[in-house]
Amino acid sequence: MLLISLCLWIKEDFTVSMKEPNTTLSVQELIAQKSNRGLLSAIEKIIPKLLLAIAAVSVLTTIGIMVTLIVETLVFFSRVSVLDYIFGTEWYPFANSTATYGVLPLIIGTLKITGIAIIVAVPIGIATAIYLSEYASERARKMIKPVLEVLAGVPTIVYGFFALTFVTPILRSIFPEVSIFNAISPGIVVGIMIIPMIASLSEDAMNSVPNSMREGAYALGSTKLEVALKIVLPAATSGIVASTVLAISRAIGETMIVAVAAGSTPRFDMDVTGSIQTMTAYIVQVATGDAGYGTTIYYSIYAVGFTLFLFTLVMNMLAQFISKRFREEY
Amino acid sequence: MITVKPEVQVPEKKLTQKNNKPSVYKTNQLNLWYGNNHALKNIDLDVKENEVTAIIGPSGCGKSTYIKTLNRMTETIPSVKTSGEIMYRGRNIFSKDYQVEELRTKVGMVFQKPNPFPKSIYDNIAYGPRIHGIKNKKILDQIVEKSLRGAAIWDEVKDRLNENAYGLSGGQQQRICIARCLAIEPDVILMDEPTSALDPISTLKVEELVQELKKEYSIIIVTHNMQQAARISDKTAFFLNGEVIEYDATDKIFSNPADKRTEDYISGRFG
Amino acid sequence: MKYINHESVASNTRTRLVKNTVLKGLFLAATLFGLIVLGILLYRVITQGSGYLSLDFFTSFASRIPEQAGIKSAILGSIYLMLVVAPVSMFLGIGTALYLEEYAKKNKWTEFIRINISNLAGVPSVVFGLLGLTIFVRYFGLGISILAAGLTMSLLILPVIIVASQEAVRAVPKEMREASYAMGATKWQTILRVVLPASIPGILTGSILALSRAIGETAPLVVIGIPTILMFTPDSVFSTFTALPMQIFDWTKRPQVEFHEVAAAGIIVLMTLLIIMNSIAVFIRNKYQKRY
Repeated sequence: MLLISLCLWIKEDFTVSMKEPNTTLSVQELIAQKSNRGLLSAIEKIIPKLLLAIAAVSVLTTIGIMVTLIVETLVFFSRVSVLDYIFGTEWYPFANSTATYGVLPLIIGTLKITGIAIIVAVPIGIATAIYLSEYASERARKMIKPVLEVLAGVPTIVYGFFALTFVTPILRSIFPEVSIFNAISPGIVVGIMIIPMIASLSEDAMNSVPNSMREGAYALGSTKLEVALKIVLPAATSGIVASTVLAISRAIGETMIVAVAAGSTPRFDMDVTGSIQTMTAYIVQVATGDAGYGTTIYYSIYAVGFTLFLFTLVMNMLAQFISKRFREEY
Repeated sequence: MITVKPEVQVPEKKLTQKNNKPSVYKTNQLNLWYGNNHALKNIDLDVKENEVTAIIGPSGCGKSTYIKTLNRMTETIPSVKTSGEIMYRGRNIFSKDYQVEELRTKVGMVFQKPNPFPKSIYDNIAYGPRIHGIKNKKILDQIVEKSLRGAAIWDEVKDRLNENAYGLSGGQQQRICIARCLAIEPDVILMDEPTSALDPISTLKVEELVQELKKEYSIIIVTHNMQQAARISDKTAFFLNGEVIEYDATDKIFSNPADKRTEDYISGRFG
Repeated sequence: MKYINHESVASNTRTRLVKNTVLKGLFLAATLFGLIVLGILLYRVITQGSGYLSLDFFTSFASRIPEQAGIKSAILGSIYLMLVVAPVSMFLGIGTALYLEEYAKKNKWTEFIRINISNLAGVPSVVFGLLGLTIFVRYFGLGISILAAGLTMSLLILPVIIVASQEAVRAVPKEMREASYAMGATKWQTILRVVLPASIPGILTGSILALSRAIGETAPLVVIGIPTILMFTPDSVFSTFTALPMQIFDWTKRPQVEFHEVAAAGIIVLMTLLIIMNSIAVFIRNKYQKRY
C-alpha cells in the first residue's frame, strides 16, 4: 500500500510540471523549481529498508514453518515417547485406549511410493532427456517440450483421480490380487508426475556439455549412442543426480495422489498390492476427519509433518550440494 | 577490394613437379551450401600420401568447412547440402553405403580448441579403441603408451594417467587430443588450426610433432598462420571466398605464387 | 605394430549402428510415453465428465445426488482465493526480487535469503498447510477463511514468483539503467520507471504460471480444513469457502461411480482454467519477449 501511494505521489509530481505551461523558465529552472530533493532522498532511504522487510517474509516463512512444527511436535512428544515414535512399528492412533504412534509404517509407506515412482521416472526421464538433447531435431524439441511442461502443470488431484479411476482398474484386471487401494498405482502415477522434472533438469545438464566434446567423440568414429552414453551422460552426471534427488524429494512430499489412491492402512511390511498409508496421506486423513483440537491425534500430524519436512529438507540440501560441489568446469 | 574472376584456373594442372605418391583424398567439383550460403565452390584438390598439406586463407574463406567435409563432420549441422565427390582411397565418402563411423575411424581429427573428454588421461586415449571393440586391458595399456609416445607427451603424463585431462595445460591438452586421435591408428589426420589456442612454446612442440607424424600419416592442416604453413607443409592450398585459388608445392607458393591474389595474401596485403 | 584392425572395425560398425537405432527407438518411446499418458488422461476425463457439463453444473451447489451436484460455490471460492493470492504473492515476490537484484550486497545475509528461498521451494505443500492452519487459522484467528487460505497459498508460490521476477529483472540491460542514472534519476526512480516496466512481461508470465499452480493445489486446503459441501457463496475474505480442487477431491473419494464422473466434469473445468492461464502466460511471453 505504502509502495503504491509513494509511486503515485512521484508520478503526480512529474506530471504537474509537464502540464503547467511556463514559457519564461528553462527546463533546468523548471526542474530546480519542481524537484524536491529532500523527499526523493527520503524515499531513497526508505525503499531499501522496505524491500528488505519484504524479502524477510520468505525467511519468516521458513522460521514460521520450523517453529510451528517444532512447538506442536514437542507437545506431541510430551505425551508420546520419542523412541516409541521413531522406532515403533505400529501406527494405531485411532485405537482409543491402546493408541500407538510408531512412525515406521508411515515412513515405509512413503518409501514404497517413492521407490516405485523412481523406478518409473528415472529411466523414462533420463531417456527422454537423452532423446531431446542428442537425437531430436530442433523442430521436434520445440513440439515436445511444451507438452512436458503441461504434464508438469497438471494438478496432483487430477493425477490422483487418474490413478484411482484408470491405473488401478488396469492393474486389477492384470493382477487380481491388487486391491482398490494399493501402493503400485499411486507409485506409478507419482513417477509420471516427476518425469518432466527429471527430463527437463537432466536435459539442461546435458545441453551444458560443450559441443566440442561431442565433435571430438564423433571424429573418432562414435555413433550417437556412444556419444550420448559415454561422453555426454558421464559429463552431465552431477546435474542428472541432482535432478533425481530433487524428484525424490517431490515424491516424498506428494500428497493428493496417495491420499486418493493409496489407502489409509499403515503397515510395516513390503507388500505393495494392498492398501498402505504414507506420512502425507495420514496428515490428510486426520485433517479431513473429526479429531478435535488439542487431542494427541491432532498433535501427531505435526510430528509426522516435521518428519516429512526433515526428509525433504535433507534431499533438497543434498541436491544443492551435488550440483554445487560437482559442477563441471569445462 | 578483391575482385574474384569468374573463371578460375584448375590448379592441379599447374603442379609442375612430378609426384608418384598415391592419392589419399581426391576432391572433385565439391560444392557446399549452408542454407543459401554457397560456402565451397567447385573445389578440386588431390592430397598425397605421407605429406603435410596446408590449407591457408583469410577467415571465412571455407578452409575449416573444407577440412570438416573430409570426415563429414559438416553433417552435424542440419542445413548443410553438398554436391560433387570426395574420393578417399578411391571410394566416394558421400556414397550411401559408406558408414560415416567407418570413415572417421580411418581419418582422425584435431580441433581448434583442445577438447579432451572430462575423463582421465588414460580413458581419453582408450576411448577410441574401446568403442571399436578393444576390451583387453593389456592391449589398451600398450595402445595408450604408444599413442602418448607418438604425441610426444608420454614423459610428461606417464605418472598421472588416472588424473583428469582437464588438469593439464592447454598445450598438453592439445597433445592429448592428438594422442587420442593416434590411438585409433588413422590413415589421415585432419588438423583444424590446432595451434590457434596455444602459446608459442606449445605451438612449437605441436609443429615438431607434425613433422614427426608425417612419416607415418598423411596430414591435412588448416592454419591462418602463414609462417606455420611455410614451416611445416609440403603442399599448400590457398582458399579465398570458398574457392581454391592456388594449390602447389609450399616452396613455390611462398616464393613464386602464380596468382596475384595469392601473392597479395602472402605478402600480407589483406586477410 | 598395428593394434586396430580396420577390417573388423568395419564389420563392428554395423552392429554398433544397429544398437544405436534400437536405443534411439527406445529413447523416442520414452519421450512419447509422457505425451501418450497426457493424451489418455485428457481423453478419459473428457469422456467421463462431459455428460455432467451443463449450465446447471456451474450454477448449482454441491449435492448428495450426483445429477444435481454443481460447482457454484467451488468455482467462486477458487476465484476469490486467487483475488487474495495474486496481489499478495506478487507484491511479496516482486519486492523480494527487487531487493535481491537491485539492493542486496553480496554478503552472508543475502546468501542466506537465497538459499532459504530455494529450500522453501522444496517444502511439500502439505507442510504449508500445517503452517497455515497453525499461524493464520488459529494464531491470527482468521478461521477457515479465504484470507487464511489465500495467505497460505501466497507463501507456497512465493519462491516461484521470486525466482521468475529475479530472472526478469536481471534481463534488463545495464545500459538502460545507466541511461536513466545519467539523466539524474535516483535509484528508485530508475527501478520504478525503467527496470520494472521492462521486466513486467517476464514477471507476469512467471506469476501467472505460479498462480496456475496455486489454483490446482489441494493439499494445503485440505489441511486447513476448508469444507467441501457449502450451500452459499462467500461474501468477504473472512468468510469460509470451498475451492474447485477441494470439491474434486471430495467427489473422487466417494465410492459411487457417478460421483467420479462429476469429479471428471470438475477436472474439465479446472484444466480449462489452467489452459487459459497458461495460454495468457505464453501469449505475454511471446509478445513481449526480447524487446531490447
